[in-house]
Amino acid sequence: MSAHIHLDEASIQKQTTTLNLGPTHPATHGVFQNILEMDGERIVSAVPTVGYIHRAFEKIAERRPYYQITPLTDRLNYCSSPINNMGWHITVERLLGIKTPKRVDYLRVIIMELSRIADHLVCNSVIGVDTGALTSFVYVFEFREHIYEIFEAVCGSRLTTNIGRFGGFERNFPQEAFDKINTFLEAFPRGMKEFESLLTRNRIFMERTMGVGGISAERALNYSFTGPNLRAAGVDYDVRVAQPYSSYEDFDFKIPVGTTGDVYDRFLVRNQEIWESVSIIKQALEKIAALEAADPSQKEVFYAPEADKYHLPPKEDVYTKMEALIFHFKMVMGEIEVLPGEIYSAVEGGNGEVGYYLISDGGRTPYRLHFRRPCFIYYQAYPEIIQGSLLSDAVVTMSSLNLIAGELDA
Amino acid sequence: MTHEQIIETLEAAFAGQLSDCDTAHGISSITIPAAANLKVLQYLYDSEDMQFRFLTDLTAVHYPNRTNEELCVVYHLHSLHLNKRLRVKLYVPVAAPKVFTASKLFSGANWMERETFDFFGVDFVGHPNLKRILNVDEMDYFPMRKEYPMEDPTRIDKDDEMFGRGGTIC
Repeated sequence: MSAHIHLDEASIQKQTTTLNLGPTHPATHGVFQNILEMDGERIVSAVPTVGYIHRAFEKIAERRPYYQITPLTDRLNYCSSPINNMGWHITVERLLGIKTPKRVDYLRVIIMELSRIADHLVCNSVIGVDTGALTSFVYVFEFREHIYEIFEAVCGSRLTTNIGRFGGFERNFPQEAFDKINTFLEAFPRGMKEFESLLTRNRIFMERTMGVGGISAERALNYSFTGPNLRAAGVDYDVRVAQPYSSYEDFDFKIPVGTTGDVYDRFLVRNQEIWESVSIIKQALEKIAALEAADPSQKEVFYAPEADKYHLPPKEDVYTKMEALIFHFKMVMGEIEVLPGEIYSAVEGGNGEVGYYLISDGGRTPYRLHFRRPCFIYYQAYPEIIQGSLLSDAVVTMSSLNLIAGELDA
Repeated sequence: MTHEQIIETLEAAFAGQLSDCDTAHGISSITIPAAANLKVLQYLYDSEDMQFRFLTDLTAVHYPNRTNEELCVVYHLHSLHLNKRLRVKLYVPVAAPKVFTASKLFSGANWMERETFDFFGVDFVGHPNLKRILNVDEMDYFPMRKEYPMEDPTRIDKDDEMFGRGGTIC
């Protein structure tokens, strides 16, 4: 041995191989590092390292007026930013006691379900990629693009959306947005069926995913799993049903559950949730049409009137009216009052329960804001799930958990 | 069971140990002595009527002005049986922030406690692997404590007065 290399005796004697998976590896879809101890192709143990893209959002949030925190939430789970944005808005509205009109709730439901579809499409198609099937990925990414175009029509941005304001939306939905939603609803089911026909009963895909990366319901609950990963293990917990927000109680939908909690079950649960989301969006459009038919003035309702202190005035008024300009200035400088209080509020995000624990002391910024980030919590089960499995299975398991590095590291 | 009944049951079981019990925004909140945390969590877990077996969230809050109880550790529990949430708080002095680990009861508490240690320096006694998780290992302070300001302290346009808090740290 060279005189310059000093290895301790244990590392020379050991029978296993240490393998670095990540932090940047094409198969990990994000900045995830795992130091694996391998016995041949089998994983003996895994030590995950997280925090590579930690951006101190909780600390930053203590120095940002409430409305400036919305863009921070974008960057948590950036595959479904609108859900995070609206979760934050709903949290503040609950603290302020603002009740949003039904039309706003339904519009929010449409946007949230669209982002759930986009989130699930990314996750499920990437499971296909990791098992060697790139085609399915290309099939559905077209529809993710359609969803982003809808977001663009509503708020002007695509990935990090900053969509909506406290009490509702920054402006009414343009007709273009509704047209795009309708086009999407017409075209998407066919594409989704094609996607399912490529993978769901595909022998190779089933062999690669069934019985891989499973977790029991009991362990999943003990690890505080939420979202599709928990439901795949057979627990029907969904925040939309358990503690409804944004009028989800008005909708008729099913919570799909799995039995074994393995990669295949997670895949099936997400696919089924996509179909439920499509049905929810259709119901929401019908409900909005019914509201507008009953009262044509409803067409102009896009935010809660009682939230006008928290809602920026229309831009054309800011340029032409003194009061609107003053008001705009006050709000942009963060002069909005939030009463002291403490609240935990949660929404069903793309990958689990996204919670906001907010403590306000009456200042212009939160005294403390904590984000419950679902994938940070369930990723700690990863070493237990992949122990004893093959390296290639570990990669598929990771993509099936729907880990988003931005959310993991806050 | 309603939120009030949950609090009544707990008050009967832990007579004289609970304080600040209230229910707001659809969630009950109780404060317990720091040394009793595992007893209370285990009781809530085992109770057949309540079954608080899901740890939703665990974090801490720093109140620099509360002498000898500067750090508040907050558990958010969820009973899927009752579909009710419960917030359990305890206060520890920042000089010796020792709290028993809940990671034996909830596997999910492992990383949540590591995160709380990382940012607030709460020492979870008995934790299997209490290391920093999101920050670098070499860091020698706990950044979420209020004495570490976000901005450059020489900038007067970014001081607390701008945020409605009278120019001091909290």
